[in-house]
Amino acid sequence: MTDLSMQQTTQEAGMGDYFALLKPRVMSLVIFTALVGLIVAPVPTHPFIAFVGILCVAVGAGASGALNMWWDADIDRIMKRTAKRPIPSGRVQPQEALAIGLVLSGFSVVLLWLATNALAAFLLAFTIFFYAVVYSMWLKRSTPQNIVIGGLSGALPPMIGWAVATGTVGIESVLMTALIFMWTPPHFWSLAIFVKSDYGNAGVPMLTETHGLRTTRNHILGYMIALVPVSIGLGFTSIGGWTYMATAVAMNIWFGKACYDVWRRDESAADADNYAAEKTAFKVSLAYLFLHFSALMAEVALRTWDLGGW
Amino acid sequence: MAIKVEHELHSRRRGRNLGVGLLLGGFIAIVFGLTVVKVIQLGDARKFEAFDHVARPAITTEEPSQ
Repeated sequence: MTDLSMQQTTQEAGMGDYFALLKPRVMSLVIFTALVGLIVAPVPTHPFIAFVGILCVAVGAGASGALNMWWDADIDRIMKRTAKRPIPSGRVQPQEALAIGLVLSGFSVVLLWLATNALAAFLLAFTIFFYAVVYSMWLKRSTPQNIVIGGLSGALPPMIGWAVATGTVGIESVLMTALIFMWTPPHFWSLAIFVKSDYGNAGVPMLTETHGLRTTRNHILGYMIALVPVSIGLGFTSIGGWTYMATAVAMNIWFGKACYDVWRRDESAADADNYAAEKTAFKVSLAYLFLHFSALMAEVALRTWDLGGW
Repeated sequence: MAIKVEHELHSRRRGRNLGVGLLLGGFIAIVFGLTVVKVIQLGDARKFEAFDHVARPAITTEEPSQ
């Protein structure tokens, strides 16, 4: 018995376990949106500085992921989806995760400052603080609006990318951030409806469990409607154009229809087809964000042939 | 039966050491690369030399003669 438990607790982590602390899947979205923010900015950036800037944003995001895993180790242990994470499974010690999170946060912010400018570094520091402290430590366990407000940290990377290039915050970067911010609730809640979670057991208030699925469906449609002016408004700024606008209109119709389908039905209908409408809304939400940001990149490419913009 | 020296733990440690080595190497490459880019971006190398604390008559601009 003793030998067995000794073996479990003294298991050493491999490099992959430390990498898993950085939440690589979340990191990929951060890299993509930060890169778009940097590329669409009107000021050209040296490729190497751009590379270092994006790397710092990715590492900073990863550091906040490690801090989140350190703080949430107690509830991660309870929930099935998260029980295999490095800390609850015993492969990484909580103190190691804390140390890695703090050191990488410091390194990424200081290096971003040295490589680019103080504003970009400040925005990255704020993003890490918001995710690790405001979301993880405060909102997550206290309000069902946790993912709405906490979503700001996931929405800020394009603003950092823009700041890396320009050293400023413009209406364009504010709207790119607002787009992700308003997109997060319908995206996340459509997933929350069809995935049977055990947040309740872990004491995490989720809208689906605190207010029921009817309220969640209303919220999905409400946030979708609020998302439309942000998406269309971005098209009228200096980084928009015909290509972006056509994409935005098409995606808003598509995603709007998907959210409407989720809103109009009740649980018996959802049960009957195994949550098909909710699954569709979730998939469309992924395409929605990806195509919006891809269209912004396409405008830049088209502009080199004098075809982009208005 | 031959004694197996290599334990699974050793290969995991080797992987970790290699990972840390690569990360440190990458960090040095980044700082060096940034230095090169920042200096080149100055355009005129004399701007860089002008930060030297020693008087350098060769890089000072000539004052107009009276």
